[in-house]
Amino acid sequence: MMTEPQKIQPRPTAVSAPYFEGCRQGVLRLQQCAACGRQQFYPRIVCSHCGADDLQWHAASGAGRIASYTVVRRGVSAAYEAPYVVALIDLAEGPRMMSQIVHIDADDARLRIGASVCVEFQAWSEDIDLPVFKLLEEQ
Amino acid sequence: MAATLAIVGAADTQVGVVPGRSPTELCVDAALRALADAGLDKSQVDGLITCNAFAEPIMYHAEAIAEYLQIFPRMCMTAGTGGGTTFSVIQHAAAAIAAGTAHTIVISMADSLRSFMSREQAMLTQSSTGHPQYEQPYGPTVPAYYALIAQAHMAQYGTTAAQFAQAAVSGRAHAARNPTAQMRDLITVDDVLNSRLIADPLRLLDCSLVSDGGSAVVVTSAERARDFPHAPVYLLGSGEGHSHEHISQAASLTTSAAVLSGKQAYERAGVSPADIDFAQIYDCFTPTVLIQLEDLGFCGKGEGGAFLESGATLPGGSLPVNTHGGMLSHCHPGNPGAMFALTEAVWQLRGSAGERQVVDASLALVHAQGGIMSSHATLILGRDDD
Ligand SMILES: [Zn+2]
Repeated sequence: MMTEPQKIQPRPTAVSAPYFEGCRQGVLRLQQCAACGRQQFYPRIVCSHCGADDLQWHAASGAGRIASYTVVRRGVSAAYEAPYVVALIDLAEGPRMMSQIVHIDADDARLRIGASVCVEFQAWSEDIDLPVFKLLEEQ
Repeated sequence: MAATLAIVGAADTQVGVVPGRSPTELCVDAALRALADAGLDKSQVDGLITCNAFAEPIMYHAEAIAEYLQIFPRMCMTAGTGGGTTFSVIQHAAAAIAAGTAHTIVISMADSLRSFMSREQAMLTQSSTGHPQYEQPYGPTVPAYYALIAQAHMAQYGTTAAQFAQAAVSGRAHAARNPTAQMRDLITVDDVLNSRLIADPLRLLDCSLVSDGGSAVVVTSAERARDFPHAPVYLLGSGEGHSHEHISQAASLTTSAAVLSGKQAYERAGVSPADIDFAQIYDCFTPTVLIQLEDLGFCGKGEGGAFLESGATLPGGSLPVNTHGGMLSHCHPGNPGAMFALTEAVWQLRGSAGERQVVDASLALVHAQGGIMSSHATLILGRDDD
């Protein structure tokens, strides 16, 4: 029996569970430090800015800008159908994260550093959804 | 500052496509060749440093190599900061020699990404340098990580794909003079720009080779270094800089911790970029050459493209770079990749580099980085001990 090639899957931990649960519910969650107010990504047990350990989960706006991107022309494995766009996204709340830009042709001229994007969620497996981004229409 | 460490032996195995030797055997082969070059018997070795092999991982690697060689060192270490490992271990060796932990240390590294792994295995293993939870699931390949850096540099400084391509052209011009290089046919900027896109803006010829090979050096104290068959090559300064591991966590995409490692190395050696006769710069992808030339002070920030276009890095240029051909053209067996730049620097400083000898080479800068422009190590080497 042929099995569908599976994408690389993250493994949620007790600390990161709220992030991945948020993804399942269509909400991008970031940790916010009660001491200094900074938000951070990826999830940690302490604030990466001031070291305080009182971190609260907040829903992010889902808005951001492309800090950089590339079109992967040769996929990392059979589970990744090239071309696809891997990008670094600067979230409106401050943190940067890696993601994909979806719903766009790889050679679309609107794909550029600085372009505004917003989050949506895609299934990565039966149990995991991950945030991906699409270009905002009004550009 | 007077040197404390000297390189007294240097050797490479056969490189390129070497199916007849496993990574372990290449590592042993390189160590034995370097010992022969130093005129030493293996019984005189009291320190061994290796890096692990992707194609044949061993849990306690250096110990296994010592066992294979039947040597019984007082210091045995498997180092791992990716491509930066090759030069950061020289700092550790210098510290061990200064502390009296060991007197004669062999540093040997080898891997066989070409013959002992499938292309898919090699690609997946290398891309696992990305964050397992927050990067790898999105499917970035190793070229893709570096492409993110390249795109950011293009957007910030107006650097062009043709300027990145110059690094590949330059490396090949050096490799053409090196009989051991895997790729020796001259290439042009157009050849690079017409090669297949891998991860925009990087094309096939912007990417380093996939190779088998091993390389080793023997180091000892500067004091003892004159009692060996070849003129010693002295470590005059070294530095490291570690800014992140995963590219999504880098404070800057376009300026690297090479700024920090270079500054320490220059200060310790008491020299400046203008004093350097030739440089060996980590070239896993063409943009790393351009950015590291900037960050190491060979040109201004954002001027790396123009510097490469000037021809300075070519054979006979004001700063020949990667005189063996680099990982773009000589060989790239993974983490050991920069070791070949080190052995080449030793031969250049001995004056034994043959057709590719840099005239009056007396001061070299060698620089490597690991991760995704994450862990940087800079060495300044000279043929005089201060
Ligand atoms: Zn804080």
